[in-house]
Amino acid sequence: MDVSQLWLHALQGTLILFFAGGALALVLGIIVGTMRVSPVPVARAVGAVYVNWIRNTPLTLVMFFFAFCIPILVGPRMNSLALATTALGVYTATYVAETIRSGVNTVPVGQAEAARALGLGFGQVMSLVVLPQAFRSVIPPMVSVFIALLKNTTVAAGFSVLNLGSVALYLSEIREPGRSDNLLQTMMSGENLLLTLILIALIFVVLVLLLAWVQRVLEKKWRVQR
Amino acid sequence: MSSVLYDVPGPRARLRNRILGVVTVLVVLAIVAVVVWRLAETGQFDGQKWSIFTYTGPWILLLRGLGATLAAFVVAAVGALALGFVLAVGRLSDHAWVRIPVGWIVEILRAIPVLIFMMLLYYGLPVAGVRMDPYGAVVIALIAYNGSVLAEALRAGVEALPRGQQEAGYAIGLRKNAVMRLILLPQAVRAMMPVIISQLVVALKDTALGFIITYPELLHYIQLLGGQVPFGTPLVPTAIVGGSIYVVLCLLLSYLAYRVERRTRRSPKTTWLEPPDGGEMTTATERIAVRRGAGAFDGTYQGPGI
Repeated sequence: MDVSQLWLHALQGTLILFFAGGALALVLGIIVGTMRVSPVPVARAVGAVYVNWIRNTPLTLVMFFFAFCIPILVGPRMNSLALATTALGVYTATYVAETIRSGVNTVPVGQAEAARALGLGFGQVMSLVVLPQAFRSVIPPMVSVFIALLKNTTVAAGFSVLNLGSVALYLSEIREPGRSDNLLQTMMSGENLLLTLILIALIFVVLVLLLAWVQRVLEKKWRVQR
Repeated sequence: MSSVLYDVPGPRARLRNRILGVVTVLVVLAIVAVVVWRLAETGQFDGQKWSIFTYTGPWILLLRGLGATLAAFVVAAVGALALGFVLAVGRLSDHAWVRIPVGWIVEILRAIPVLIFMMLLYYGLPVAGVRMDPYGAVVIALIAYNGSVLAEALRAGVEALPRGQQEAGYAIGLRKNAVMRLILLPQAVRAMMPVIISQLVVALKDTALGFIITYPELLHYIQLLGGQVPFGTPLVPTAIVGGSIYVVLCLLLSYLAYRVERRTRRSPKTTWLEPPDGGEMTTATERIAVRRGAGAFDGTYQGPGI
């Protein structure tokens, strides 16, 4: 595999971890978040146990468990990328759930009471009054969760997944004798690990600042006036 | 109990809630049953695999790992607090030539993934001729990241204070330094205590990243013990036992955060944060978040951060 292919595969790995892990986190997080705000005490308790347990476990340990223990329990020959993605999703889902819960809790109870007093049904109270307000206060912190998810994709580097976090180490293994004419080529060739890692750090800074900008725009657009 | 989502349940809603409760219990039981079945099927309950914990040697190794984790955490926590104060004061400076560069440093340090920073220090610096042991890399990376996050929290705390606090300080003849040190920072620290502690929980959790750059901390010893062939490679038992140690440690710190938050809420010194209509359900931190606009509302104060 040559250098540019390796970078492409690494980028692909990071994107799969980010988008597939994010999708899993959203689905699982919405389910758990709904449980956390539901009127069923048992469901609230189950949600609380899941959230508090996973959130107090280091992501590295969650990935360790998925990478090494799940293959023992389920069967060998599992794709390490799929395992790492699942671990990221399971871990991030707790933050998604908490964001949803706190977003819903920012809507004053009086809003729903007023809507019910006007004679709106449950569906109308939800779709016209509560959820639009909850959605607005959920979106900006949700972007923060996804920024953290993007940074956390690098943790998969420790569990034999090729992504932007591990590409520097893979590069140092193939190391072609360099014919690098400019700085960017030197950085990408992995000849100089320091420069390569600085390039990767820069890529993350750019991506994170981009997401932070999106967050600011959404925030300005959807600020709730109370 | 009443929530914005549902009213006090009537007879039909109570019945429905009971049915949903039973369904939840059944689903959870099914999941637990599958996990236990897989554990039993693959022989994870074998006495041989668990017998490793009847010897003192493995426990000493786990303790050594715990010691390494705590050694990294304590130094990183103290360093991050110190760096956080320095950067926060820098960002609040009146001089643009201090404020703007410090602002950029904070933004960049927050955006670099901690693991990449550790790799930069551990694999990158030797290229430039600086030797760095894994311990140093872990500690420095944690200080840089958590310090910059703490700086943002402290800055938010100071900026949320009423202007009158600062003006009163100047009015009684204090200098800039004294206003910051005696008036603004103590109040900001008190209001931001939950955020500060939950960021420390993040630092504790992130020490586990040292595993990836070969720092021999707790997770490293979990893997080492899990690979012992004489005990039938007890990876699952050691992961369960070692993982519990992490969870207990973080829960202890989180519990501390919870206690501190409750105390802060009751403290008479923070009454300026109370809304006129006594919203006892909101905390000082939440209100600061609201004052700053939704931006600070990043959910970190409710428990450990990411």
